[in-house]
Amino acid sequence: MTQAAAVVVRREIVVQATVERAFTVFTTRFGDFKPPEHNLLGAPVVETVLEPRVGGAIIDRAADGSECRWARVLVHEPPHRVVFSWDISPQWQVETDPERASEVEVRFVAEGPDRTRVTVEHRNLDRHGEGWPAVSDGVADDAGWPLYLARFAALLTAGD
Amino acid sequence: MTSLAERPRAVGELADELPISRPAVSQHLRVLKDAGLVTDRAVGTRRVYRLSPEGLGALRDQLDTFWQRALHGYQDIAEQPTEEKS
Repeated sequence: MTQAAAVVVRREIVVQATVERAFTVFTTRFGDFKPPEHNLLGAPVVETVLEPRVGGAIIDRAADGSECRWARVLVHEPPHRVVFSWDISPQWQVETDPERASEVEVRFVAEGPDRTRVTVEHRNLDRHGEGWPAVSDGVADDAGWPLYLARFAALLTAGD
Repeated sequence: MTSLAERPRAVGELADELPISRPAVSQHLRVLKDAGLVTDRAVGTRRVYRLSPEGLGALRDQLDTFWQRALHGYQDIAEQPTEEKS
């Protein structure tokens, strides 16, 4: 295990579908396959919309009319690639500081006329931690997260 | 987090140092503990909190599970016979 592996999640899957369909299903039906247990709203989500353009948002909408914008679309290149920010904190709340957001890149590669490899790379996970020391009410000190990361790196080195 | 980075501390110690009440400190610690960022253990009658070096790893594991489940659900939908809208 390396430190790089610790701040990136990579997952891939091969689906029996054209690359166009693979892209369309991913970007238009995200709400239908997203695991439901991490709901950022207080009410059941009735739809999830990915606005299909750079600068768009991914929005969960609840039955009571409330909505939650939890990602920003950074790259939108149908049918091969989409990148969005992950504005969700480790406590599963919306992160309003873009500096403390990670990002997700999804690539769609045709492996045959009706076969597509879909890879997800969720990277820069360490960014979610950068603001934590500052959260403790103005205690300005760089001993918090950097020290924590150093300990984490030491742990990994020890485990090699 | 900064205080805990220096050394493990009990709730009362943290409350003395920080400009927030002891119940607020406890609540904050509970959130951090649920997120896997701090761990606690009983020392005599006190409960001592420390930063969890595995915190970032825990976040990674959580997201790894999230994407694994999402992609399996995605595969089911993508491989359904194409509906009318195709």
